[in-house]
Amino acid sequence: MIEVRNLTKHYGDKRAVNNISFTVEDGEILGFLGPNGAGKSTTMNMLTGYISSSSGQALINGVDILEDPIKAKSYIGYLPELPPLYLDMTVKSYLNYVYDLKKCKLPRRAHLNEVMTLTKISDVSHRLIKNLSKGYKQRVGVAQALIGNPPVLILDEPTVGLDPKQILEIRTLIKKLGKNHTVILSSHILSEIQAVCDRIIIINHGVIAAHDTADNLSKNISTDHRIIARIEGPRDEIVRALRNIEGMKYCRADMEREEGVYEYEMEAEAGADIRRDLFDIAAEHHWPLLGVRSAEMTLEDVFLKITMGEGIVIPNEEDKKLGEQKKGGDN
Amino acid sequence: MGAIFRREFGAFFTSSIAYIFLGVFWLFSGYFFYAYCLYNGTTDMSGVFQNMFLICVILIPILTMRLFSEEKKQKTEQGLLTAPVSLGAIVFGKYFAALMLYTIALLMPFVYALILSSFGVVEWGIVFANFLALFLLGAAFIAVGTLVSSLTENQIAAAVVSFVLLMMLYMVDVIGNLIDSTKTLTLLHIGSLKLVFKLKWITDFLSTISFYRKYYAITCGLFNVSTVVFYISVAVLFNYFTIRVFERRRWS
Repeated sequence: MIEVRNLTKHYGDKRAVNNISFTVEDGEILGFLGPNGAGKSTTMNMLTGYISSSSGQALINGVDILEDPIKAKSYIGYLPELPPLYLDMTVKSYLNYVYDLKKCKLPRRAHLNEVMTLTKISDVSHRLIKNLSKGYKQRVGVAQALIGNPPVLILDEPTVGLDPKQILEIRTLIKKLGKNHTVILSSHILSEIQAVCDRIIIINHGVIAAHDTADNLSKNISTDHRIIARIEGPRDEIVRALRNIEGMKYCRADMEREEGVYEYEMEAEAGADIRRDLFDIAAEHHWPLLGVRSAEMTLEDVFLKITMGEGIVIPNEEDKKLGEQKKGGDN
Repeated sequence: MGAIFRREFGAFFTSSIAYIFLGVFWLFSGYFFYAYCLYNGTTDMSGVFQNMFLICVILIPILTMRLFSEEKKQKTEQGLLTAPVSLGAIVFGKYFAALMLYTIALLMPFVYALILSSFGVVEWGIVFANFLALFLLGAAFIAVGTLVSSLTENQIAAAVVSFVLLMMLYMVDVIGNLIDSTKTLTLLHIGSLKLVFKLKWITDFLSTISFYRKYYAITCGLFNVSTVVFYISVAVLFNYFTIRVFERRRWS
C-alpha cells in the first residue's frame, strides 16, 4: 500500500510537483497519466527514494521512504523510465546481480526462472544485454523490478518500445500482478491505462488535474448528449433540416465518408433525445440513414481537454478542494 | 555490498580496464626491477618502489575513472540508488573492487622479491614495509579517484581531473622544497608592533600533508605508524566525501 501526503518537489524556483496526495490500496493498479514534463517521473522518483521530496510524505507499506529508506526500498520493485541495465552483462548474470543487490531470500534458481518465464526472456538469458533489441531490454527491465517479489511495483512507461503483441503480454502480466501487488503505472498511452488500471490520476503541471476511475472520468466530463450520424443525401439541405429539430443545440457536417455520404455531428440540449426525430426526418426525405452512434467522450478526449484546455479540474469527493470547476468552451 | 563488489570487479575485466591497468603496471614495475635490481646486481628493492609512486599517480585515475561516471551516463545509478542498500555499501563496494584489482597488481613485485631471494639475501622486513606502503598509497589514491568519478559523467574528465589532483599531491613536496623556510614575511609594521609570518609554517604544513615524503621514508626502511594512520584516514575521508556527494544530490 502506498500513501502519498502533500508531496512537493522544487527544482530551484520551479515546482515540478506541487502538493500531490493520493493512496493506492493493496491489489490495486493506479494509472499515472500526463503529458511529458508533467511530473510523472519526478513523483515516481520521490516514491522510490531516488530523489527526496521538498516537503510532504510518501509511505510505502507504512514506512516513510525518507526515514527508513532501506526498509521502504525493499518493498518496491521499480522500473525507471530508462531501465538500469548494465550493457556488458548477460541477462542471467544481470538478474543474478539484482537478486544479490536486493538481498533476495527466495530460492535463487527457481525464482529467477519464474521471473524470466513471466517476462518471456528465458530464450535470451545467455546473451549480452547490449545486443538485445529495445523490446527485450525493456522486458529485462520489467524482470529486474519483479525480482524479490516486492509487494509494491512502480513502473514508469513499461511498454515503451514493445511491439503490439508484447504490449498485450506485458499488460496481461501487469493485470495479473495487480491482483496481489500494489501497482503504480505511468504511461501516456491512454488505451493502455484504460485497459489495465483500476483508477487514474491525470497529472498536469505538477498538480493532480483529475483523479477517478476511467469510466467516471469520461462520464463526468461529457454530460452532453452527442450523436454522430451517417446520412446519404444533399449535405446542406440535411444540415438545415436537422437544425430544425427541437432541442438541437448545434449540428454540423463532417467529412465525406463514402460518395455522397456525410457524417453529421450534433449535440442535443441536456435531457433531450433527438434520435427519433432524426429518424423521422431522414425517412420523410428518403435520406438513407446509414449509421447512428453516440459520441461519448473517450479517455483521449478527456485527457486532451484536461491537459490542453483551460486548466479544467474535475472534482470528485476527494479532490473538491483542488479548485473550482471551470467549464471548457463549447468545443 | 557484496553484489556491487562482484559486479564492479567483473566489469573491470569486461571493460578491458583491468588488462590495461595490470599490463602497464607490470610493464613499469618489471622495467624498474630490471633497471634497479638486476642491472645493479642488488637485492635492495627500494628504487623500484620509489618509482612506482609516479606510476600510481598515472594509472590509478584509469582504474577509478568509470566507477561512478559510467553509472551516471548509462542511468544505471538509478537502479543502485533505489535498491535496498545504503550509500555507504554502494561507495565501499565499488571502492573495494578497485582496491582488489590494485592488490592483484601488487602481487607481481612480490614475485620479483621471490626471484631475488634465490640469488641473495632479501631484507624481507623492508620489502614487506614497502608493499604495505604501496598498498596504502593506492588505497588513498583510489579514494581520491572515486570521489572525482562521482562528480562527473564523463570518464575522460574523471581521469584527467584525478590525474591532476594526484599530481598536485605529488608536487606538494617539490613546492615545499622551493620555499626557503628560514625567511619571514612582514605583514604589518607599525611603530614597534611587527606582525610577521614565518614561511616555515607553510613548509611544515606541506610536509605534513605530503604523500611522497611519508612514502619515501618507508622505502628507505623508516616505518612509522603515523604514516599508516595518515593514508587510511585519507582513504576513509575521501570515501566519506563520495557518500556526501550522493546524499547531497538526492536532496538537491
